[in-house]
Amino acid sequence: MINKEVKSIEDAIKGVENNMTFMFGGFGLCGIPENAIKALSESSVTSLICISNNAGIDDFGLGLLLQKKQVKKMISSYVGENAEFERQMLSGELEVDLIPQGSLAERCRAGGAGIPAFFTPAGYGTEVAEGKEVREFNGQPHILESALEADFAFVKAWKGDTAGNLIYKGTARNFNPMMAMAGKITVAEVEHLVPAGELDPANIHTPGIFVQRIFQGRDYEKRIEQRTVRNKK
Amino acid sequence: MALDKIGIAKRIAQELKDGYYVNLGIGIPTLVANYIPEGINVEFQSENGVLGMGPFPFEGEEDADLINAGKQTITTLDGAVFFDSATSFSMIRGRHVQLTVLGAMEVSEQGDIANWKIPGKMVKGMGGAMDLVASADNIIVAMMHTNKRGESKLLKKCSLPLTGVACVKKIVTNLAVLEVVAKGFKLLERAPGVKVEDIQNATEGKLIIEGDIPEMVL
Repeated sequence: MINKEVKSIEDAIKGVENNMTFMFGGFGLCGIPENAIKALSESSVTSLICISNNAGIDDFGLGLLLQKKQVKKMISSYVGENAEFERQMLSGELEVDLIPQGSLAERCRAGGAGIPAFFTPAGYGTEVAEGKEVREFNGQPHILESALEADFAFVKAWKGDTAGNLIYKGTARNFNPMMAMAGKITVAEVEHLVPAGELDPANIHTPGIFVQRIFQGRDYEKRIEQRTVRNKK
Repeated sequence: MALDKIGIAKRIAQELKDGYYVNLGIGIPTLVANYIPEGINVEFQSENGVLGMGPFPFEGEEDADLINAGKQTITTLDGAVFFDSATSFSMIRGRHVQLTVLGAMEVSEQGDIANWKIPGKMVKGMGGAMDLVASADNIIVAMMHTNKRGESKLLKKCSLPLTGVACVKKIVTNLAVLEVVAKGFKLLERAPGVKVEDIQNATEGKLIIEGDIPEMVL
């Protein structure tokens, strides 16, 4: 067994540098690597390119890095919940690349899977297709999208073992598995870290080969963006 | 009388067929899940990674790890499954989802749709909408017939940046049900009490009226 466990958050983010490209798992605030984001926001690292489906909210998630102006470029699909993000984008301080959500997921997957590019119908005929090769397959136009990779990928899982194997909970899985594959150094934080051998090998979502560092996360807030309930009748 | 949002959702729910996997967008489309016709089994897919979505949870039972694409807390039904985003869009792009219902800011008579960006004003992003409209065989748009300024949202050509081209098949608005055909918007049904003339006045694109147009039955 190759032991991936690191004991401190400092060891987990060791080697991060200015101008690097980072991936962050999560959909909205669901399944985001809270510990890593907090540690990065307290570090001096800056001019980052961040790849994440969303950009957090003003005071949580990637909003923490935006507030401190540590991000020079965001690559996302939907950024509607963050006023500071919108301000920085409209003022030109922040460069933003908005791409279709399915293309974002597949570009990360491709990056981790050794596929340099692929054709997809998503975005054909829109501004997303500008400057991209178009080719017809089965009579339908498709556009060429390239793979994405990152210097560091920060992911969050529910359970993990010291070999780096990960299991996600509910819809907190989202982009985490693909980003784990696409990171040169993938740092996984988990709510429950167990010794290798305790997880059922048949029920692991992300094989440990994709994870370089794993640590026991702490103090998870797990904020809910849209608390919706129904009445008991 | 023109329909309200619930009326639009009820009318769209009539389009559900037994055995459909359905993706509902944010806003009016989400309401469709409340009006599934009697005797029909459908499963709702949310692109953040769940199939078999149930109703909202009871108060106190919300789970931060269980949300839909609108970031709302949800529950799951028997037979539900979770998956990652790449698998989710494999279901969508791979045409395993039979019906997509989404909102729009503008639709053109060619079936083009714009719903993600107002240059210089609103920059939220397209989320999964471009993937959804590029691949779905059956797309229904749920929207008001006119915008807040009273201008038609059914146009000859979209003025806003496009989400997809020639993809919308059907539109259900507060005034009418319309089908996108080769020559324009074919009027299929009127909202209860709404005159064909009212619909004509609210439609900038070419409206095709053939014979008597029935009222919706809700």
